[in-house]
Amino acid sequence: MRETLDKVVGAHKVVLFMKGTKDFPQCGFSHTVVQILRSLDVPFETLDVLSNEALRQGLKDYSSWPTFPQLYIDGEFFGGCDITLSQAFYLLWLKPTHMTVASCV
Amino acid sequence: MMGSRGTSAVLSRAARMRQKLQSALEASTLDIEDVSYQHAGHAAVKDNANETHFNIKVISPKFEGQSLVKRHRMVYDLLTDELNSGLHAISIVAKTPKESGS
Repeated sequence: MRETLDKVVGAHKVVLFMKGTKDFPQCGFSHTVVQILRSLDVPFETLDVLSNEALRQGLKDYSSWPTFPQLYIDGEFFGGCDITLSQAFYLLWLKPTHMTVASCV
Repeated sequence: MMGSRGTSAVLSRAARMRQKLQSALEASTLDIEDVSYQHAGHAAVKDNANETHFNIKVISPKFEGQSLVKRHRMVYDLLTDELNSGLHAISIVAKTPKESGS
């Protein structure tokens, strides 16, 4: 399982393990992370842990994290919903074209 | 017979979580808010179970020098028994006394 998951999280820059799919999240916390990634225009892949019980259990051990969603960036565990929400600024760097940080008056 | 086991069985989940987090993290602030009502009818909440969703704010010197991920893992690890017995989700704010400005 560990080797399989190494491959899965390494296959894309941003991988979200969530309940449900991008278009039909089955949990409010998963929905929140999808909304954050979408609103920042960050490209990401998702895997539905509700449709794969072995994946769901395996990830809890692999990540040492008991809940979902789980966000991986560059093969590293980034966080769950709370951390993604509070660290959303860092996700701007994942955009294909970096956003110019500016402010309005 | 009301031994200590009987007593702990009637403690609410919130009270058990408070005991576990307070003693292990030596928290200067520990707010535990039951927000299960916001998730009533949620597919994963079976049989109208209560005490399933909580917001937790904890300020602890033990978080000093730890990443956010590690801090959250510390909280989750302390609540493993609860997560395995019907606790469905917790939202965590984990700060050090310095970060909280206190």
